[in-house]
Order: sequence, then C-alpha cells, then structure tokens
Amino acid sequence: MKASEITALQNEPACSHNKEEKAGCARPKPGATAGGCVFDGAQIALLPVADVAHIVHGPIGCSGSSWDNRGTRSSGPTLYRIGMTTDLTEQDVIMGRGEKRLFHAIKQAIDEHAPAAVFVYTTCVTAVIGDDTAAVCKAAEARWGVPVVPVDCAGFYGSKNLGNRIAGETMLKHVIGTREPDPAPYIPGMRVHDVNLIGEYNIAGEFWNVAPLFDELGLRIIGSLSGDARYREIQTMHRAEASMVVCAKALLNVARKLNEKWQVPFFEGSFYGVMDTSQALRDFASLLHDGDLAERTEALIAREEAWIKAALQPWRERLAGKRVLLYTGGVKSWSIVSALQDLGMTVVATGTKKSTAEDKARIRELMGEDTLMIDEGSPKALLGAYKDLRADILIAGGRNLYTALKARIPFLDINQEREFGYAGYRGMLELARQLALSMESPVWEAVRKPAPWAKSKQAGTPVGLSHD
Amino acid sequence: MTEIIKRSKALSVNPLKASSTLGASLAFLGLRRAIPMMHGSQGCTAFGKVFFVRHFREPIPLQTTAMDHVATVMSSDENVIEGLRTLCEKSQPDVIGLPTTGLSETQGTDIARLVRQFREQYPQFESVSIVPVNTPDYIGSLESGFAQAVEAIIEALVPVSSCVGRRRRQVNVLANASLTPGDIDAIRDWIEAFGLRAVVLPDIGDSLDGHLIDAEHTPLTLGGTPREEIAAMGESIATLVIGASLNKAADVLRTRTGVPDYRFDHLMGLDSCDSFTEILAELAGVAVPAKIERQRAQLQDAMVDTHFMTGFLRVALAAEPDLLAGLCALLGGCGAEVVAAATPINADVLKRLPIAQVHIGDLQDLEQAARAHLAQLLIGSSHAVQSAQRLEIPLLRAGFPLYDRLGDFARPWVGYRAARQALFDIANLVLEHHHDTPAYRSVFWSGGPREREESASFSASQAHAGLVRH
Repeated sequence: MKASEITALQNEPACSHNKEEKAGCARPKPGATAGGCVFDGAQIALLPVADVAHIVHGPIGCSGSSWDNRGTRSSGPTLYRIGMTTDLTEQDVIMGRGEKRLFHAIKQAIDEHAPAAVFVYTTCVTAVIGDDTAAVCKAAEARWGVPVVPVDCAGFYGSKNLGNRIAGETMLKHVIGTREPDPAPYIPGMRVHDVNLIGEYNIAGEFWNVAPLFDELGLRIIGSLSGDARYREIQTMHRAEASMVVCAKALLNVARKLNEKWQVPFFEGSFYGVMDTSQALRDFASLLHDGDLAERTEALIAREEAWIKAALQPWRERLAGKRVLLYTGGVKSWSIVSALQDLGMTVVATGTKKSTAEDKARIRELMGEDTLMIDEGSPKALLGAYKDLRADILIAGGRNLYTALKARIPFLDINQEREFGYAGYRGMLELARQLALSMESPVWEAVRKPAPWAKSKQAGTPVGLSHD
Repeated sequence: MTEIIKRSKALSVNPLKASSTLGASLAFLGLRRAIPMMHGSQGCTAFGKVFFVRHFREPIPLQTTAMDHVATVMSSDENVIEGLRTLCEKSQPDVIGLPTTGLSETQGTDIARLVRQFREQYPQFESVSIVPVNTPDYIGSLESGFAQAVEAIIEALVPVSSCVGRRRRQVNVLANASLTPGDIDAIRDWIEAFGLRAVVLPDIGDSLDGHLIDAEHTPLTLGGTPREEIAAMGESIATLVIGASLNKAADVLRTRTGVPDYRFDHLMGLDSCDSFTEILAELAGVAVPAKIERQRAQLQDAMVDTHFMTGFLRVALAAEPDLLAGLCALLGGCGAEVVAAATPINADVLKRLPIAQVHIGDLQDLEQAARAHLAQLLIGSSHAVQSAQRLEIPLLRAGFPLYDRLGDFARPWVGYRAARQALFDIANLVLEHHHDTPAYRSVFWSGGPREREESASFSASQAHAGLVRH
C-alpha cells in the first residue's frame, strides 16, 4: 500500500477526531509500545465473516499465534475458525516463491472448503518482498470463479485502528455493491426496513441479546460488518435504508461512503446499557421516517425497560454505591459509564486515551465537571489510581486482566476476547452478575491476608517471641 | 526408522506451528528480572503476548522495537538502539532478550552489530546483559527458537572456565520448550531428593508457574534463573540435558565449561525415568531414596491397572518433536499404538521414534491420518479441540497453546508421578468414551412383549468403571 493511500485513510471527515489540526501520527516508541498492528486490526474487522476462507499470506508468526483466538460467534458456518496460512519458508522468501504458493493455496482452500469467498491478508514479510497479492487474487478469481479479495494489511503500516479502516475500505472497494439483496419476506401488518450494522462483532454472541428486538420491529439486518456475517450479505449493504455504527470510530469510513455513494443515512450508537440500547432503537426509527415504527419502538422500549428495571432491582441493591475505575478506549468510555450508572454505581475515573473531545464532553455531561480522566494506561498508573480513588473494581481490557489479579483487585473484562456478552437489555443482567461475582468473591480477602504464622515480619522468629 | 513425510501442499490449514520468535521469547521469560523485546512490527509482540497470556494466565513482559513503515523502508537500526535504551532506563532489567522476526530479518538486520553499537553509545547500561538471537519466523518453530535462545544465553552469560565440580552438589539442567512449569518443579524435586542442587536453564517453573507475590506489579519476569547462577554453571559437577532440541546448546555449554553432560531425549515413561534416576544416584553417590522407589512402584501399579484401557489403544499425536518423542515413549510403554503423528518441523529425534510415520505438517494432516488409521484418542493443544470433535474421539491436552482449560499449562508430564497421572487420565478418557456393543434385537421378537420394551442404554462409565470383565 502506498504512503499516500495510508495518509488518505487516516483522514476521516466523519470522525470527530478529525476536526483538530493534524499533528502527524505519533511514531510508536520502541521499547515502550503496546497494542496490535494493522494486520491485527484487519483480522478483528473481517474474521467474523463466517463463510469465508481467511488466508494469511506470510510466514507462521502472524497466523500461528493468532488463529482461532477471537471471541466472535457465528450462528452457522464455522469456516472462519479454521486457521489458514501460506506458512512461508526461508526458501519461499529468498527465491520469491510466495506468489506461486499463494495461488496454489487459494486453490486448495476453494477445493477443500468451497467457501463463499476467499480473503487474502498481506503481512509484513510478503509486503516487503513485494508479492503482488492483488494480482494473484485477481488471477485466482478468474481461474476458479470464486471471489478472492486482497486485504492489504501489512503490520508495519501502523496501528490496529488503521487496520480496521483498511478492512472497511477493502469491503467498499471489492464487496459492497456487488449484489442486490433478496426480497424481504412479507410480514403482515408491518413494513420491513433493511438496515446495516457496522462495527458490531457479536463477541460471545452478545448481539443475539438484541437481534430478536430487531425482528420484532421489522428491521431486517441485510448486512453486518461483521458479527455473524455472511459474504453475500455484505455484498448488499449498499441497499440498506439506514446504518448504525456500533461503538467504533474506525469503521466510520464505511458508513460515510455508503451515505455519499448510495445515500444510506447513518448514526453512531451503542448497545451497552439500558439508555443507549433504547436510544439506538429510537435513532433507527427516526432515520427511517416511519411513524408506525416509531410508535411500535416506543412500546417495545417501554416494555423492555420495565422488565429490565424489575430484573435489575435485586442487583442494584447489591451494587449501588460501589466505586468503579473504568479504563477503556474511545466510545466505550462513555457508553459503559451510562450502563454502570443504570446500576447505581459510581464511576470514579475513566480512561480517555482514545476518546475524542466530543466523547470527553459526553463524559462530563454524564459524570460531572470534575471527573478524573486517565490518559495513561500503564499498569502502574492504573493501580495507583485504583488505590487513590478507593475503587472497588477495575473494568478494562483483557490485556490488564492479570495485572489486576496479581495486584489482588476485582476485575471485569470489557474487550474483544472476553467470554461474556453485555449488549442489550438482557446483557445488562449479565453485566450486573459479573460485577457482583467478582466484587463479592471471598477470594479477595483470602489472598490479601497474611499467613497466620507471618505475624512477625522477621522470618524464622520463634513463635511466642515476637512482640507485635 | 520412522518415515518422515514432508509438507507437500501450499496452504497450511489449522497450523500446528508457532513461530521461533515466540519460542526464543519464552526462553527469555525463564530468566530472572528479564524482558524479551522482539525486533519487528508491534503486532508480532502483541500477538505473542496474547498467546502467552492466554496459555499461562499471567501478565507477560514482552516489548517490541515497533518497526513502522518508515523504519521498514529506511532502516530499523535506530529502533533497536532506542528500544534498548528505553528498557534500560525504565526498568533496569538484568537481561534483555532480543529475538528477531521475519520482518527485520528480511530487511537484513545485523542484530549483533546493533548490540555492540548500543554498548559503545551507552556504556552506562553495561550492567544490563543483552542477548540477541536470530529467529525469523520462516525458519523453525517454537521449539527450535527456544533452543536457539538457550544457546545464545549460554554464549552470552556463561564464561569460558575450567572449574568443574567447584560446587560439589550442583548440577545443571537444560530444559527444553515442552517442559511445563510443573515439569520443572518435578525435575527439581527429583534432583533434590538425592541431596543435589539444580540450576535449571531456563526456569519457567519459577517465573511462569502462577504465584501471587507481595509486589503488586513488576515490568520484568517474576522469577526465573538468576544471572549469577547461569554464570556459575561452569562450577557444576554435571549437566543434565532434557530434550534433543537442546543438543547444540549442550555442546556449547560443554565446550565453554568442560562440565560433563548426560543427555535425555525426554523424561516420560518408566525407562527414561529409570535412566535419569540412575544417573542422579551415580552423581550423588547415594542409594536411590525410598521416596523415589515408592513413586516408581506406584507408576508400575498404575501401568498394570490401566493396561486394559491403554493396550492396543490407537493414538494420534500432534506435538513438537521433543514432546512427541516423550509421548511416544509413554504410550509405547503401556501397549498403546501411535497410529498418526504430526509435528511442525523436522528434527533428528524424529528418526528415532518407535512409530511408522510422522507428518511434518499441520492439524489437517494429523486429522486425515487419524481418520485413516482409526485413532481412538488424540493428544494435542487446545487448537486440536475442533479436530477431536470432528473425529469424535477424546482429546488429552498437551503442548502450546492451552487456552481452554485452567491449570493444564502447569501440568507435569515428566517423572514417575506425572507418568502415573497421565496414564490414569488416558484410561479415564477411554472409559468415558467406551461404546458397548449395541444390543441386538431379534426378528422373532416382533409382535411379542419384547418389542414394546424401552431399549436399554448404559453409559460407558456405568458399565465399566472399576469393573473389569475377564
């Protein structure tokens, strides 16, 4: 990928980050950098497409340590869980046999698995040795008649976020708009609307908490990027009447271009928390300009909110007043805040490393003017803040999980790899349960108290002689 | 001799291999106050970190030289220098491991020169040992990268000396990549039972066993082989080398120190345990302690008890060469047959395996071989779960990575006690998956009272547990 193309991708007019003067991207600091690469980001965004063969073109490092490690779920095909890589050898690299191997690899994947399409991911080494992945994909597609999509995502191009964006751009360029949707089934007494979800990855199957509500309202999800998605559905996303960008600035480019090119309006929202879930449903109704839908949406919201309010009551009693230290990126910094406040908890500080000015304003609105915003997420800084603010639990990404546990601190995982779904009204119950489960656990006291014989600080002091 | 079937397909499906860069990093994680820094793109490290965090369920210190597109095209030399300086300034480690990746090797990095340059530029960090190692991920696998790092550690940290036996009760142990934290503990106990003291290199039994410490956070490893102990390996009376992958590292150690070594391909199963025990008795000059005798007798008893289930058992194995060798010995020793085996890379030890064939390949190769040869049990990592489900046979987890079970990362496999437990576990898996002969229903029953009977179904465990039919 050319440097100019990367720069162009970093310029996203629909993104609120974009309004400020560009200071140039901070170079990652050697010896003090955390987080994934472009390849990682591209995989996060596209791997959930369940009926596609995902081939990683490179030596083993990229696929070998990452295949089948995502929390995303499919309701049908499981092809996405099969790890595929060209696993280049030294000879391939030196002799330039990578392209040939890739061509045969695509054939093998098609022969063995009959995928709906093949996605080929470029990695650092294949980018450096100059494999023309796009040409190979084109030739393979012509030869075997299965769509073969090149995803140009070498790790060194930059961060995970850029990888998400490259993934979105690739879908716009090669997939979206290449097929017309199937006609919607007729449902008596209801007008069916076609909608898109962008940036929803169905982690731990959490979207299945919300999906029934869409059905009930007559909202047909014709395409999703990319939770529980199928290739042929992504092809039709240009025909949606509205898109929702779920908790992700990185894929705003997809929503914006769908709007520019095919006039699909979009909004940004979240399914975390009661308020946000209701708001998302309302936003759909208002974008779709359907009075009947708006009425039915209000009725559904009233019913669901009443139900979840009652269901949460016992949990609210247990959780009220508990203090939370939240360290998440971007949009989640406020969407989770409102979910926690729904439970009567106090958020004592929130991480804002990836948040925009707009996100921060939203946080102030929710939490008050003097709320503490943490920009630095080093383990030391987090543990310090936890102590200073007398927090009861840390909510952060899985990367910090064992940091917290080593420090004997209750923890809730909010990221990609987590094992529980928190989306939608129903997800709130799971969230409450997991919070109480960790905070109320007897293990914390057990691991904090010293051994009974450790009364004296000096090891080896005979029993009875210690004077404290 | 084992027939080694080499890779013949373009696409690796469900890879069994993890990169040599990861392996080298793991070896460095077994040193005290250490941190590995991969020379590559930041994703190499991020993926590696997730891989180890999910396996060990521990925080993993791992850094990156963070090559971006400018560094990739122009030069990444400055990334290495800056990364080393940052680590030295921030956390003053004892050891920094510096494995390279496919990206930096393709670019053509001269990692040893960069370390020299760093030394010249920053003499104030002289006290920090830096160990570079060339581990592009298009060569070798986790096991070989680990072995290369052990060799590099010896080259860098063990001085050339000739004072063999100055520490009269000390023995060195070179531990290969397949040994779990529990294995290292078992080996240490075994050696201590003879009144000897073990210096284990690398010691992930001390750093990655999962233990809470008083300090809430450390940016470096929480234990592992201390640098001073490595420097004193030349004063031991002997070196015990576990795993054929470490033969080259063992050669280097012997050349530098003259310490005699004893080499074992593995320590699994009765015979290899016996040879190890004999050597220990000889080195210590004492009789085999009663405790060890007892453990041996317990293993023998378990072998007898379990042979009904393990005899003729058709097993499929997916593991790196050293672990494969150990498992073959364990299974062969109790009458089981290894009917399918796959391993990610070629190695000398494969030729000596007591089995007909081994595939250099992936889990797809293993699955096909296992299906063709009617395997009844699969042994492999968590990645093999789906294969086992498709084959409809039970899975015993071993190797890397193990992310869907707690505690398996620390499970011991070596020694008498662990062999006994492994046999029990294999036998139990067989019992749980045993299928009785389906009941035959006679044609003459039609129309009679027998036709109206509910068909009886016994679960395998009901029918068999604790009850062996003769």
